[in-house]
Amino acid sequence: MNIPDYTIAMVVAIPLLGAFLTPLVSKINDKIRNIFVILVLALNAGLVFLLASEILTKGIKTYIFGAKDLTFPIVRILFEVDAMSIFMAIISSILVLIAVIYSWAFMKENTGLDKYYTLILLLTAGMLGMVLTGDMFNFFVFLEISSIASCALIAFWTDVGESVEAGFKYIVISSMGALFVLFAVALLYGQYNALNIALLSNLIQYTFLDKIALVLLIIALAMKAGIVPMHMWLPDSYGSAPSSVTVILVSATLASLYGVLRVIFTLYGNALSTLIRFDISVNVLIGWFIVALAVISIIIGVTMALIQSDFNRLIAYGAVAEIGYMFLGIGAGIVALGTAYGKIALNGGIFHIMNDALDVALLFLVAGSIYYATRETSLDKLCGLARNMKYTTVFFIIGLLAIAGMPPLNGFASKILIYESTFQINPILAIVAILCSILLLAVFVKVFFSAFMGPKISKYSDVKEVPKSMLISMGIIASIIVFIGLFPDIIISNIVEPASNALIGYSEYVSQVVGGL
Amino acid sequence: MFTIETGSGFWNPIIWAISIAIAFLLIYVIRSIGKKEYKKDTEQVKSFLSGNPEYEKEKMHVKASNLYWGFTTSLKGLYNLLRKMHTGNTSDYVLWFVIILAIFFLIEVI
Repeated sequence: MNIPDYTIAMVVAIPLLGAFLTPLVSKINDKIRNIFVILVLALNAGLVFLLASEILTKGIKTYIFGAKDLTFPIVRILFEVDAMSIFMAIISSILVLIAVIYSWAFMKENTGLDKYYTLILLLTAGMLGMVLTGDMFNFFVFLEISSIASCALIAFWTDVGESVEAGFKYIVISSMGALFVLFAVALLYGQYNALNIALLSNLIQYTFLDKIALVLLIIALAMKAGIVPMHMWLPDSYGSAPSSVTVILVSATLASLYGVLRVIFTLYGNALSTLIRFDISVNVLIGWFIVALAVISIIIGVTMALIQSDFNRLIAYGAVAEIGYMFLGIGAGIVALGTAYGKIALNGGIFHIMNDALDVALLFLVAGSIYYATRETSLDKLCGLARNMKYTTVFFIIGLLAIAGMPPLNGFASKILIYESTFQINPILAIVAILCSILLLAVFVKVFFSAFMGPKISKYSDVKEVPKSMLISMGIIASIIVFIGLFPDIIISNIVEPASNALIGYSEYVSQVVGGL
Repeated sequence: MFTIETGSGFWNPIIWAISIAIAFLLIYVIRSIGKKEYKKDTEQVKSFLSGNPEYEKEKMHVKASNLYWGFTTSLKGLYNLLRKMHTGNTSDYVLWFVIILAIFFLIEVI
């Protein structure tokens, strides 16, 4: 089946339109509003899957907003969707849909939910725009949309001082990151009079200004992705936002990671693979820099997680370590670009993006469920919840084993690719990665012991299992985790491999535009 | 089928699941040929505690902050450093961004 090109535009337009309609639908009643938002996001997820099936079988798809002909002045924005873009779009659309289903019961007691759902839809439009656009300035615009919506959602519980503080910190950091991205875009536009990623990739000469733009783009987006030591906003934000929001924030963070990949592999793909610096290929230099940051992220993420007593902050530090694993695979892939194990490392890194998103999301939903049932996030105060929250406990165990990379769950499938390929580059990298994975298991065993195990205490004797909408959300993610764990080859060969091929084969992305569009 | 190549080996979760099932079966068989003098709901199943008097069950639970005490104490130096690094101050967050930006700038541009 051929799907029209404008489907790409609809994937961004539908949540955007939904965002503006939500306050109006809210006037009818809350239930209809909730159904409306879920339907909008389900429709959007359906379109993303349709688009994915076409792109993964037929190749890159483009859509032009504005001028079709190349007559001056050319005013147009081009969306270019390859396997990597659609891989990210799949993750985002699944997580957002699950988050709104979860929100139905989780946010029920809150007021201002018309604004809450409007912001979620705006954030969705921003994230999807970031991963689907083929234009640098447009990327910046969507980055800003997602940052502003994220900030408002982090500070949604305005009566909680920590949430407002976290929102403030997030907007400061995000604005600064976005400002540097804009500066880098201006540097590129000033030199080449172009904003299109493919066109820029074809034109870049790797001048002094190009180098500055590269540094600004990678560091600003890496900070937004939460890599150590620029990660400190992440535990604050993830720890203070409502759990349903945190699940979407995980996805928004990964959209910035996508930005790093797009800049290195596509925008600078042509320049980096051919240039030499300090007698080393530039991509190797950048690869080792990313690997170094990744290893620090893994170590600091895990060690900090071990001493946390707040459930949300503990998961957040675990997420920092997981981001380190992704960057380790990707960095190793860049270092060994062109080799067989370099390709496996890249596959592992990309596969881990999906696995981490699901695992961390499940754990945050469990943390949210515990908060919903007990109004408590301190692990020092929680005890013996497994007695009353059996399903939540099962979901937590699945999340625990998955994030710690225990076989046969999804975390193991991607981590083993990272371990074995990084071992080929330097065995120390693999050893650190494995040891930290064991520590990560210890971190979540601590949670399991302190929150779920232990004697029955009077304070929590009346605790009940969470409502069905929350259980369904956790159940969907847990099922996907188990499925990917048992059948990783299906995901790798159908989604991950095409995504890594799209990154490595950047010339196809470039030729799609330079060739005549 | 269901196998992923890792470069120097492979991973097949189905083979792993079957192996684990066989291992559990073996454990069950070994257990079933063991002694059968176990008496349920007798003194035999109660744990023996010596020393101080036993607290109420509610107070016996080890708190999360006290878990891995030995590990965190032996790495006190590292944790002091990490705590000092995580100030919670937004200006410091920006400072780390500038530091990493400067390092990458030195590597890539200068």
